[in-house]
Parts: sequence; structure tokens; C-alpha cells
Amino acid sequence: MKKTPDTNTTLENAGLSPEDQLLFSNARPRAYEPYPIKAIEDFANWARANSLWILAFGTGCCSIELRPLMTARFDASRFGVAGRPTPRQSSVFIIGGYVSVKTLKRIVRSYEQMQGPKFIIALGSCPANGGMYFDSYNTINQFDLYLPVDLYVTGCMPRPEALLGAILELQDDIKAGKCDGANRYVEHFDEYKANQKKVIKDWNMPDYNW
Amino acid sequence: MSELLDRLVRDFGVTEITERSPAITTLKVSREHGECLIRELRDREGFTHLNFIACTDWIEDGIFRLIYMLHNYASRQNLGVHIDIERDNAEMTSIHTLWAQAWTYQRELREMYGINFPGSPRLEENFCLEGWDDMPPMRRDFDTVKYSTERFGHREGRVSLEPRDHMKVLLYPNRGGDES
Amino acid sequence: MTLTTGHSAALDFAQPEPVDLSSGKYVKLWQGPQHPGITGNMSLELTLEGDTIIECKTHVGYLHRGFEKLMEQRSFIQNFTVVCRIAVPEPAFNEYLYAAALEAISGIESPVRAQWIRTLNLEMMRLASFLMWIGGQGGAFGQYTVANWTLTYRDYVLDLFEEMTGARIYHMYMVPGGVRAGLPAGFEKRILELMDNTDKLLDQIERVMYDNVVFKARAKGLGVIAPELVDPYGVVGPNARASGFQRDLRKDEPYLVYDQLDFNVITGSDGDAYERAYLRLQETRQSVKLIRQIIAGTPADGPFQANMPNMLHWKVPAGETYVKAECTRGEYGYYMVTDGTEIVRRVHVRGPSYTHAIALMERLAIGTNIADIAGLMVSLHTYPPEIER
Repeated sequence: MKKTPDTNTTLENAGLSPEDQLLFSNARPRAYEPYPIKAIEDFANWARANSLWILAFGTGCCSIELRPLMTARFDASRFGVAGRPTPRQSSVFIIGGYVSVKTLKRIVRSYEQMQGPKFIIALGSCPANGGMYFDSYNTINQFDLYLPVDLYVTGCMPRPEALLGAILELQDDIKAGKCDGANRYVEHFDEYKANQKKVIKDWNMPDYNW
Repeated sequence: MSELLDRLVRDFGVTEITERSPAITTLKVSREHGECLIRELRDREGFTHLNFIACTDWIEDGIFRLIYMLHNYASRQNLGVHIDIERDNAEMTSIHTLWAQAWTYQRELREMYGINFPGSPRLEENFCLEGWDDMPPMRRDFDTVKYSTERFGHREGRVSLEPRDHMKVLLYPNRGGDES
Repeated sequence: MTLTTGHSAALDFAQPEPVDLSSGKYVKLWQGPQHPGITGNMSLELTLEGDTIIECKTHVGYLHRGFEKLMEQRSFIQNFTVVCRIAVPEPAFNEYLYAAALEAISGIESPVRAQWIRTLNLEMMRLASFLMWIGGQGGAFGQYTVANWTLTYRDYVLDLFEEMTGARIYHMYMVPGGVRAGLPAGFEKRILELMDNTDKLLDQIERVMYDNVVFKARAKGLGVIAPELVDPYGVVGPNARASGFQRDLRKDEPYLVYDQLDFNVITGSDGDAYERAYLRLQETRQSVKLIRQIIAGTPADGPFQANMPNMLHWKVPAGETYVKAECTRGEYGYYMVTDGTEIVRRVHVRGPSYTHAIALMERLAIGTNIADIAGLMVSLHTYPPEIER
């Protein structure tokens, strides 16, 4: 992906009416810098890894296994995982399975409202290569053209144990400082946005949903 | 049931009565008499339940074949009413006044096939698709594989194999899949 | 014009008067797709006056995969793998109905043992689905403990599914012609033990959830489906039975081995959310009883699949049929048209949530409190994937 050139320009927000443009910010997203002292950054990563709060958004088939994941049998809350109703309070977005075009718009909207550092786990084969619906006119085939993915979980559908494994691996990656999906999104923002706009036809929201 | 069918032939000119299974019969009626027949079935013959309204695209014959599947709870009979309409400028009388659920089916048919139901409430509202700019997708001349490849792309490394040819290659590796 | 059937009473489409949103008296809310108070991925566009909903519009399409178009691109056996994904939380009925439609058109009959095993699979699916629903209904009114209990027991049922079919959720087990394999050794013992434990669980749930003062206060009187609404809106399943209609496809138009099983059609009278919830609890208990009967009646040997033609290149004769089954939510139907080639001409899936979640929901939501709208939606037991397929 091409890196967005480092400019200070603001976003166009062409999808909004002039009155609405006064209501929404047109600033570009900003990358977050790691802490200068490594010990503090490690501590921060440890804290982030052990309190992964996921956004309650069941986007597709695979999210039917999220309920067994969060309840007594598989119990993800012993790993610090909790389901949150609002993107403002969550740090992990689990893309459960296939993504239809209508849902993609809402996913983009919710993801951009989440505060960094934020991570995306993509479940199943549908976000990876279209999966079972590769020839459908309404589902996308490659999810990471539109949003950066930190971890893929293969399967159709992946078992809750696979999801637990994914959470553990995500925790290890975060502690190692390798999960930079949010920063990648900012660095290649123009390209991601162009891909999104190619697919989402009625863009009646700001270019970046703060 | 047979007296009912005789009466329908006499009064509405229904044709092509076929018994698909002991509980399901389909018949065909012309477009002009369609709504009247369905109303009669609902009001006087006890077919008070509308199972669904669907459409089959017989592109070779240039028609859309609508089916209104009705159910009679008392006699436990299903009756499928076929109505053929043209593919170009497809239009059919709306039955939204007969069942309060019918307008949803009509909304979906307008979106998926492009069939107009004049008078049906909220017909222009999108049902499943948002920002759709192509032809109605359920029509047979809409190529969904081509659309998906162009709009969404394909991840490299995906391979599809035809089972018969692939088995031949596996069984006869030295002859390159030639079984002769 | 006067009609003799009384449909006219329910047909007042009286769409609410368009309100002046700039007057500051009304609030427009999206109980949108990203929301914990929605059964799945669907949204409601609500207009509120204070706390009361005066207009509701259901928006679907977030889960639209174009199944009916995809099925026209695949051969019959390829469709068999895709079909279970249409109704995500309750896939078994799709497999059965797809197989039944093909068998009806091509005149193949599945052997007796396969029919018993299919019935077992469907009843286990019903049990799993109802258990998840009970948790959802409790959760909608704030009782999250019940959700934990029922989802755990549902996981035990999914373990049994995994033993039987190889997968937890998408079994791909009921092929056209029969089932893919017989029951594993020791299966009967394990499932009967689970049924005994489930009975105890359901008694506990009745005490904790249904006798709870708060649950009763919130669910009684909520979302009353008057009997005149049932036929015009096409209300089926427990939603209709709770309003007093004695309609159950397993009794009215028996399929598989239901005519050899002993059970009653459970009906209610009030038609509100509490009645529907209680009725579903009774149906869960009935499902447990049915599973015990099926285990006792399944033949131990015999073929589990009929002699089928080469499934990779199967040309089904031209025909048309409509098959239905009683799933947890009501009448689930498959309308199939074949034209004599290797590809099906048209498959239309009739899901009960199609009317429950759109036409009926928009009607019932008017006048409810915003806090109860999630409970109302769950009490109609709507599953969005089968609406837009």
C-alpha cells in the first residue's frame, strides 16, 4: 500500500451537506506515538493486552460463536476481555465473518470512532479471501483493503477455542509491540479511504468519523 | 379441492393446474385476473395465509413468473398462483390491501427484479442493497461473478478445480490426466 | 367494502402522521446495527416522543449475501454446503428443507433410519435455539445470569452435535437422500444424561426468571399480538400460538416421523411477551421429551442414505415444490424450481422473521417504551439473516 504523504491538509468531507459540515471535524487522523521510555511503553502494552475490550457488533456468521465465548463455558473474561456497547470504550474490533457492503460502512464508522491503540481480529475465511460468498455481489472479498487487520483466525466457522487462541496471540503481539494496525491506517489513509469509497457508494458521513 | 379448481377454471380461466404433491397445487392465472382471484381465494375459500410472493426469471421465454403461495389452515391445502408478466417494464397489481405483510415482499421484488407494484407503500425504499447502481441483481442476465471480481477483486492464491478433471490428474499422473 | 373475514380491521396502514422533527418535540434514534439491544445485525429507526415510540422502521440488508443468486451458480451438492448458512443461529432446518425439496422433486425417499436421525437433529437444534433464546430474553430485561446458564447448556448440546455431525454450528449433515452418518457409539447414553440435566435447569430457570417480579412487570402486557393481526401479518409459530391459535406444522402437516411421536400443541391466550416467553419454555421442555422419545424409537440399523445418483453431476427433473417445517420461530419454507439441468433454477427461502421483524415489528413498536423495545424484539424471536438471506 502506498504511504500517504505527510501533509497538514484537512479532509474534504464531500459527502456531507454544507450545514452538516459545520458539525463534523475535518481533521486528518493522527498516529499515536509510543512512549519514549521503553519500560513505560512495555508497561502500557501489558496493560492494553490484559484489558482487551471488544466492541459488541456481530457483523456476520462467525459472531454467533462470540456468545459462547463470553459466557460460562469458554469464559473470555478471565483474559480481561469484556464486551462493550460503544466504540469509545473498546479497543478490539472482531470482524465476525463476511462483511456486506452495507455493514462495511458501519464498520468503518465504528472503527474510526474507536480510540487508539485499537486492533482488528478477522474471523473466518470470508474476510481473508471472500470465503463461501466469493462471488456474491454484496460481500467484499478482501477485508484488509478497507481496514487494517492485526490477526486472522481461519475456519468456517472458527471454534471458541480458536478465538481464545487468537486473543492470546493478540496479547503476545501487543506485548511485543507488533500490533500497529491503527498507525498503518493513518499512514496509508488515502489509499484505504479510496478503496472504501470505491465500494461504499452513498457516502453520507464525514471522511473520518472522529 | 377439485370442486374449487373446477369453479376457478370456470370463473377465472385458470390454466395449468398441476398437483406438485398431495398438499400443494399450482395453477396459472392471467395478470388481469390475478388480484381478483387471490382476493376471492382469501375471502371466500379460506386461504387466509400468504406464505410468500416470489418470482422466477424465465429469461428464455422473456417472462417473470410470479408465485403467490397461499395456505388454507382449515383444509391444510397450499395453493400456488402463478402469474406471468413481461420482463421489460414489469408491473403487477399490488395486493398490499389484502395482507398487511405483502408490501415487504413487493418491496423486495422491486429491488431484486425491478417489478413495479403501483400503489404499494414505501416501494422506493431500499430493502437489502444500499447505493446500488447496477441492474436488479436477481435477474438472470446479471453476472454476479463478474461484478464481484470487478468491484471487490480477488485475493491471489485462490484455485478452483473441476472434480472430474482433477480426479483424472490424480489417478493418471503419468499420462497427464488422460484416462484412455 | 365489507369483507367477511375481518381482515380489514388490521389493514389500516395508517402510517403515522409525518412529524415535524425540527419542532424539538421528537427525537429520532437509530437502534442501529452496532447495538447490544438488537437480535443480530439489523437496525430500527425510531421516532420518539419523550420515552414512547411513535414510529418504527426496520432496516435490514446488513447480512445480505444474495443466497438465492449464489444458489443459481452452484450445483445441487455444492448448494448443500451453502444452505445451512442462511439462518445462522439455527442452521439445521435449512439443510433438512433443502434436502426435502430435492427429494420431493426427484421422487427419492430417505430411509426410515435417516428420518429418525433427521428428526433427532432437528429437535436438538430446536433445544439449542430455544436455550439461546431464553438467555436472550432474560438478558433483554437485565437477567444476565440466566443467559450464562442457558448458553452453557447450549454448548453441551453443541458438543453432542459435534459428536454426531462433526461441527458445532454448521453441520452439513442432512444430505439429499438421508444423513451423512449414523449415530456414534454411546451417543444415546450421553444425550439422555444431558436431557435429565436440562430438565433440572429448566425448572431452575422457571423459578429464577419466570417467577421474577421484575420480569413479570416488564414482560406482561408488552407487544400484545391481537388475534386479528395474526393472519394479515402472517404471524406463525409461538407468536401465533400465544395468541390462541392452535397451529403447529408438526401436527397439522406432519413431516419426518412426527406423526409417530406423542406431543401436544401448546397454546396461550394473552399474546403478550410473557405469554410467548412462557410458551417457549414449555416448548423447550416438550423438545426434551421428544428427544427422549426419538432416542427410544430410532432403529439401530438400516441404511442412513438412499441410493443417490452421482451427486457431482446430478440432473434433477424439472419441477416445482414448496416444503415447510416448524422451526423454533414458526413456518420455515423452501420453494424450489428446477428446470432439468444440473443447476437449480430458483430457490426462495421463506423465513418467519421476514414478517415478524418488519411488518409486525413496526406495528407493535408503536406505543412501547424505548426501554422495552429490545425485549419486544427478542420476544418476537427474530433472526435477521433469514430475512435478507
